[in-house]
Amino acid sequence: MTTRLDKRFARLKTEARAAFVTFITAGDPDFDTTLAILKGLPAAGADVIELGMPFTDPMADGPAIQASTQRALKAGASMMKTLDLVRRFRASDSDTPIVLMGYYNPIYHMGVELFLSRATEAGVDGLIVVDLPPEEDDELCEPAMRAGLNFIRLATPTTDDRRLPAVLANTSGFVYYVSINGITGSASPETRNVAAAVARIKRHTSLPVAVGFGIRTPEQAAEIARNADGAVVGSAIVDAIAAEIDPQGRVKPGAAERVLAFVRKLADGVHGARATAAE
Amino acid sequence: MSTSQANSLRNGPDERGRFGIFGGRFVAETLMPLVLDLDKAYTAAKNDPAFQAQIDFMQRDYVGRPSPLYLAERLTEKFGGAKIYMKRDELNHTGSHKINNCLGQILLAMRMGKTRIIAETGAGQHGVATATVCARFGLPCVVYMGTTDIERQKPNVFRMKLLGAEVVPVTSGTGTLKDAMNEALRDWVTNVDNTYYLIGTVAGPHPYPAMVRDFQSVIGNETKAQMQEREGRLPDSLVACIGGGSNAMGLFHPFLDDRSVKIYGVEAAGKGLETGEHCASLKGGSAGVLHGNRTYLLQDEDGQIKDGHSISAGLDYPGIGPEHAWLHETGRAEYVSATDREALEAFQLCSRLEGIIPALEPAHALAFVSKLAPTLPKDHLMVMNMCGRGDKDVFAVADHLGVTL
Repeated sequence: MTTRLDKRFARLKTEARAAFVTFITAGDPDFDTTLAILKGLPAAGADVIELGMPFTDPMADGPAIQASTQRALKAGASMMKTLDLVRRFRASDSDTPIVLMGYYNPIYHMGVELFLSRATEAGVDGLIVVDLPPEEDDELCEPAMRAGLNFIRLATPTTDDRRLPAVLANTSGFVYYVSINGITGSASPETRNVAAAVARIKRHTSLPVAVGFGIRTPEQAAEIARNADGAVVGSAIVDAIAAEIDPQGRVKPGAAERVLAFVRKLADGVHGARATAAE
Repeated sequence: MSTSQANSLRNGPDERGRFGIFGGRFVAETLMPLVLDLDKAYTAAKNDPAFQAQIDFMQRDYVGRPSPLYLAERLTEKFGGAKIYMKRDELNHTGSHKINNCLGQILLAMRMGKTRIIAETGAGQHGVATATVCARFGLPCVVYMGTTDIERQKPNVFRMKLLGAEVVPVTSGTGTLKDAMNEALRDWVTNVDNTYYLIGTVAGPHPYPAMVRDFQSVIGNETKAQMQEREGRLPDSLVACIGGGSNAMGLFHPFLDDRSVKIYGVEAAGKGLETGEHCASLKGGSAGVLHGNRTYLLQDEDGQIKDGHSISAGLDYPGIGPEHAWLHETGRAEYVSATDREALEAFQLCSRLEGIIPALEPAHALAFVSKLAPTLPKDHLMVMNMCGRGDKDVFAVADHLGVTL
């Protein structure tokens, strides 16, 4: 089955471009602002959208995404509202893939089958669930594949060659390479190490490899894009959203536009990367 | 009579780290290879007589084991029913059962060549025990502790610092044990090469729940032998308090196949189960996935984790070890609860009648004993786990009783 993610990466390949993958947390700082940013992301250059499902205990995330999760939950975010955001986005965009990213408990609590039917109905294309390694594939990965969703796995520097085949076995859509050992938004990766790691993963799979964790500037995004099929930026965008909240906790007028302008700069970095390299 | 091997309740977990549907390995990919390594290293250590000999030696000469099994005559007389024995793990070096586990895990960490130890702590007992073994074996130690807990457990914070540990305040969430555990996991994921995460309770990804239980089972094994010596038979019931549930699992596990022995775990009912302000994951929660395992959790209708409340920082955790969740569902153990107020009463009663100031955690177990014992005949043998002493709690208790020190 060809999914939106497959189509998107295939098209980017023919255009010799790397994918710009953006992450925002659903409901941060509130539902309406997320929806405005979400709807503007494709025009700002996002090729794939990761939408964070807020969870009280984001164990693999750094301070930026922890804070965004807290803001979202405080503003009333929930799994149903996250799915509603996707549904409303889909009403006006039928091409840009959306991947839900988060932790297993809110999904488990809703019930796996119910969640999957609601997610596919809303127009979700893939799932990244941080705390579900291949050892727990029967929990969600296998049912998600049966439901026609891509299950995108994280590979990390600790995933050695012996383990890599198991990690890749049920992965589809793309592989998300976590460029550092650590939490989101921490140290920036060494380009040299990233290039070697991407090459290593590509020896085991024909899937596109996107790289994330620690990419904060258009220049860093361009560096990554020269060495991988995609660059993921999360914490830096989430920080830009945080900067749009005034000391009284209100969202400043024009917030979405300014966040999208920042996204545009990052996108230009990614999309210009290979052109620059070829010069 | 013990059951045959096939029907034993002591075989768990399975190779996936599951007790029934509970347990498992729900961790980020970065940690997965580490967790698999740990499993392999622990299995090898467990089967190495030299490793066990090392633990036994340290348990005797450093911790002071075996801890006594003490007949609490005055409480027995007061309650007028069952004969109440206390397993005196509060007499251990560092003042609680936590050292049993820390000793085993640090010896394992050194076998694995790890050079840095991290831990989470709630009441500070596990932090102190970890800092202690780190001092003894010369390893640097970082303890994550919520800011709320730092405030209510000041003596233990200073104790950890005296022992050379770095105490890192955790401000996220409500600044209690679950937040400390999140932060410790973030450290581990960042420092994978040299760091050993020394978890303090029977929770977390496999093999932690089984490993911590094994290290704590010295409590139950000693109890069995001591009761045999004193009374010539098995006890009739066991009572222990439960936060994550390590002291309880240590007492219960050796008795799981002795079906005549009734088993009671006492959760913290805080201000009362009906108020929603409690830490009773089994009585007031539902199945979910957090901190590497599936178990019972306090959570809302969206699967967001709720903050618990208990007067006792050591019980203030929204989850419970997965093996307890399984014992609860199979009915082998019965889980009950005691409120803050009941624990405070038991705390004072025990101090005055037995000359033992208990920690607020086992005061919950004693509160249940005070209800159950009077209903039982005088030849009923009950063992309550006195898993920690109350020195750390005197300031907090004074505060609750309206006394200014």
